[in-house]
Amino acid sequence: MTLEVMARAEAPIPLDADFRVAPGELLALVGHSGSGKTTLLRTIAGLWTPRTARVSVGGTQWLDTGARVNLPPHRRQAGLVFQNYALFPHMTAAQNVMAAMDRADPAEAGRILDLVNLRGLADRKPARLSGGQQQRVAVARALARRPLALLLDEPFSAVDRATREKLHGEIVALRAHLKMPVVLVTHDVNEAQLLADRMVVIEKGRQVSAGTTAEVMADTAALRAMGIRELAAMLPATVAEHLADGLTRLDTPAGPLFLPRIDAAPGVQVRVRIMAHDVILSRARPEGLSAQNILAGTVTRIVPGAGPGVMVHISLGAQEILARITRRAADQLGLQPGDGVHAILKSMSVARDHVAQPVTASDG
Amino acid sequence: MDWTALDLSLRLAAWTVAILLPVSILLGRFLAFRQFRGKALVEALVMLPLVLPPTVLGFYLLVTFGRNAPIGQAWAGLFGQPLVFSFQGLVLASILFNLPFAVLPAQRGFQAIPAEVREAAACCGMSPWRALWKVELPLAWPGVVTAMVLTFAHTLGEFGVVLMVGGSIPGETRTIAIAIYDRVQAFDTDAAAVMSAVLVTISLFTIATTFWLSARVGRRLG
Repeated sequence: MTLEVMARAEAPIPLDADFRVAPGELLALVGHSGSGKTTLLRTIAGLWTPRTARVSVGGTQWLDTGARVNLPPHRRQAGLVFQNYALFPHMTAAQNVMAAMDRADPAEAGRILDLVNLRGLADRKPARLSGGQQQRVAVARALARRPLALLLDEPFSAVDRATREKLHGEIVALRAHLKMPVVLVTHDVNEAQLLADRMVVIEKGRQVSAGTTAEVMADTAALRAMGIRELAAMLPATVAEHLADGLTRLDTPAGPLFLPRIDAAPGVQVRVRIMAHDVILSRARPEGLSAQNILAGTVTRIVPGAGPGVMVHISLGAQEILARITRRAADQLGLQPGDGVHAILKSMSVARDHVAQPVTASDG
Repeated sequence: MDWTALDLSLRLAAWTVAILLPVSILLGRFLAFRQFRGKALVEALVMLPLVLPPTVLGFYLLVTFGRNAPIGQAWAGLFGQPLVFSFQGLVLASILFNLPFAVLPAQRGFQAIPAEVREAAACCGMSPWRALWKVELPLAWPGVVTAMVLTFAHTLGEFGVVLMVGGSIPGETRTIAIAIYDRVQAFDTDAAAVMSAVLVTISLFTIATTFWLSARVGRRLG
């Protein structure tokens, strides 16, 4: 059941977007606040109708302004998680979940609440739940409708950083159970890169870039819209061991990576977001350097930017990382595609929430 | 103590509440959520009985209910009796002069529901009627209850419009407020005092009940 979305409008909210989301795929709509990404999500849910738009799931038309098809929200089988959750304040968690079912089924509600790690809180009203717990109820309520498309509107923006990391992990784990297309609206590029398979970048209502997260990251138009400082690559790694000095050693095909302690058992596969502006390049393997991480690779591509910088793609076996250095530095090193190079990364430059890991259980 | 008058007042108040309850919910909800041209005029019309002297309202009702007006004629043709100086006419007048009390609190109640909670109801697959029943009414009902209590208490206390439209026919249009007036005119201060005290007690009790109910709702959501 693929979700297909097309929307065009000049006013009152300008829109120009066209994308598809495959079953089980998570697509992130990324853009600054006010860019129109939430309007696109509301268009899918039926809460907004642009002048010209088409929305269909698995061939079923929800909206086609040309053919005058426009199902109201309650007749579109979509699950929407609102930014502030919009829980029904007079209902318990379980009642909130059952409110989205055609026929209230307490056993099914309990099963869904278990799925989002809310066991034991079914009888609490929203006012007595923490922000993270409210978000989980909102996700459970959206899933209770057996949605053909799951829509998440900035679902992590109203919680603190620690809760956000935990909820990120839960969404990753939950995805194993989700067979429908998922659309995540976020202004946080890190979040999009951590969670999404593909990204659509929205700027002033216009879709400026679309593709896999790696493709979008290599797209200068996307970087202009998101901000060049968001340029980063996701490097897969395996947790090897937790060291006594508080660091965790990860193994990558290009060599070991030392990062501040990661809460994952040895053997767990993670992906590390490496910011391009944190990477230093050296032709020779450096000695006497404080940086702990030196990964050997090959330059595959050098893309000049609009300013004084260039973007260097470095292949590490099957993977690729990005480095953003000055044009002057690239010239001094005489870097050319095919050259061997060492990528240097400070351990401390990788933030805790830049590590994507599957989480299986959690509370709090 | 004129028990017939008290009974009549209570029946009038009950009928008014029964008929205005759906009006309160539907019109209050409509005015809370919909934007349309001329909305300010509609809201002003609903508010009007609040500021008009009862005699003005009563005068117009007397004219429209009379045998020479289309409404009065149609009513007399249908039911074989005139609308003026009848209990039915009193109910109709009561509905009109209670509109602001019945609609405004309900409208405020619906307006207090966040837009996205209503959107969430739709996104949960609820039809508009189901959303009204399952989400909007439970959240707006303190406003609706306040509206109905105000309507009830206000009907018991209304004097001017009743006098203009109904006169003072025992068992038909003589409400307790009118009966008090009659007693005072006849220098029967004792009877007037008893009936006034009864009216104060009933009104105080109904209004205190609403405050108690809305405080309880506050705790329920907390």
